[in-house]
Amino acid sequence: MLIKTQGNGFNHPVTSEITDRAHYEGRRDILKLMATGVAGGAMAAWASRQALAQTPGLVQRPGKLATLNAKPSMVAGATTVEKPTAYKDASSYNNFYEFGTDKADPAANAHTLKTSPWTVEIEGLVKKPGKLGLEELLKLSAMEERLYRLRCVEGWSMVIPWVGYSLADLIRHVEPLGNAKYVEFVTLADPKTMPFVGSRVLDWPYVEALRLDEALHPLTLLAFGMYGEVLPNQSGAPVRLVVPWKYGFKSGKSIVKIRFTDKQPATAWNKAAANEYGFYSNVNPNVDHPRWSQATERRIGEDGLFAKKRKTLMFNGYEAQVGQLYAGMDLKKLF
Amino acid sequence: MRVVLNQRLSSKFAKPLAFALALLPFVWLVTAAALDWLGANPAEALERSTGDWTLRMLCVVLAITPLRTMAGLPALARFRRMAGLFVYFYAVLHLLAYSWFDMGFDLADIAKDIVKRPFILVGFTAIVLLTPLALTSFNRAIRALGGRQWQLLHRLVYMVAVLAIVHFFWMRAGKHNFAEVAVYAAILGSLLGWRVAKAIKKKASQPSSMLRSQL
Repeated sequence: MLIKTQGNGFNHPVTSEITDRAHYEGRRDILKLMATGVAGGAMAAWASRQALAQTPGLVQRPGKLATLNAKPSMVAGATTVEKPTAYKDASSYNNFYEFGTDKADPAANAHTLKTSPWTVEIEGLVKKPGKLGLEELLKLSAMEERLYRLRCVEGWSMVIPWVGYSLADLIRHVEPLGNAKYVEFVTLADPKTMPFVGSRVLDWPYVEALRLDEALHPLTLLAFGMYGEVLPNQSGAPVRLVVPWKYGFKSGKSIVKIRFTDKQPATAWNKAAANEYGFYSNVNPNVDHPRWSQATERRIGEDGLFAKKRKTLMFNGYEAQVGQLYAGMDLKKLF
Repeated sequence: MRVVLNQRLSSKFAKPLAFALALLPFVWLVTAAALDWLGANPAEALERSTGDWTLRMLCVVLAITPLRTMAGLPALARFRRMAGLFVYFYAVLHLLAYSWFDMGFDLADIAKDIVKRPFILVGFTAIVLLTPLALTSFNRAIRALGGRQWQLLHRLVYMVAVLAIVHFFWMRAGKHNFAEVAVYAAILGSLLGWRVAKAIKKKASQPSSMLRSQL
């Protein structure tokens, strides 16, 4: 007599036990639905993390601008597990002085910015200087989606899903010469489309710079998009820099020129107030701005009105990745 | 025309109406905060707008006497105390917003911040100077102090106006953004200037009282 036991290898589950293929594949949709608030409450936070882990896009696309496809980044530290800031906040609360000094000004005024055609000029100590069109730049390397913390020097922060690739890919493409030590980023200053170029706030064009090793760090991002779409004008379209361990102003917007030099370039805020804004401007809770503390920050859209501000992290939480760039430096002096 | 205006200002509805108008910004801010209409950074929006309204109320209260004199509207005088108390009301809200939203009511942090940041010190001094004015705004206090003493004390508001402008200027200095500061400075400056001019004229016409403070 044949006795069926669990021990033999010919036992198969009955068909009723097998999850229907449509249901199995529907799991992601359910997670996404939950993430967008249908399930609400505490479940949503768990579900959004699950959905993020499962789908190529880190966030729901806002559906406002052209899609910019990307794969999740594999660079260490490039995808924080924090909750992304709402697109509405990230695209309406901006510092982009060419369009006005109030946070609401850029979103209101930047529609005049003409982002096509666009070229970025490569200058200075490189083997391959010249002009790169936006199309060329977009194709230069594979697009990655990265979720970075953004800490503004003013004491607020956001979490932004950027789309772009490591600036290092471009730098290697243009082959810097051995004596190149710094990289300078010149941004657009067009008085015809930017109403506040010419105001006395800063010297125009807005210029920022990094040491070459900082620029080559894989976390230094050349960004073309955010939230799965091309950058909105107020966020620095069509191409900008994102250096997540430095205060936001170090990440120039709407870049038109990248210059390789052997001397430390003069940067916009450093020229305006050298005692307040150092060349490095690494996020550092232990070095206060002369006019306010940098120990804490307010996360936009997340920390309630009456919540205590959250602690600011050394190098904005990227110390493990970038700390060694500053080994042996006195960060109180070289702030 | 002037007679009609004086009549209107003396009507029993004028004061409640002015009170409601002066309270409107507060009602608006509370509503907007509750309904999330204050944008990405509501804390900052509340801190800034309570400061703006303090400055505006200062302009209103300091405009009353020049208007009363130049336009011949004695009926305006009875609005002065209320306007002054509204300056203090918005100033207290401003201090409260800062202490709560920025400092989490941490008194040690607030004390450190006042010492560390000159513009906070100036703003804090202004509200400290306003406090005895608000505390002595009722009739019995005026009688207890005596009219002359009371008036001298309440001239501190001129100092407060200057401190408020310095505070605002310093706050905007980071962005070299002085357009609005200039507007408030021009308004408050001319209102204070009018008083200086009047005092000088008075001194010139009564040389015997030269030694007495007439500002």
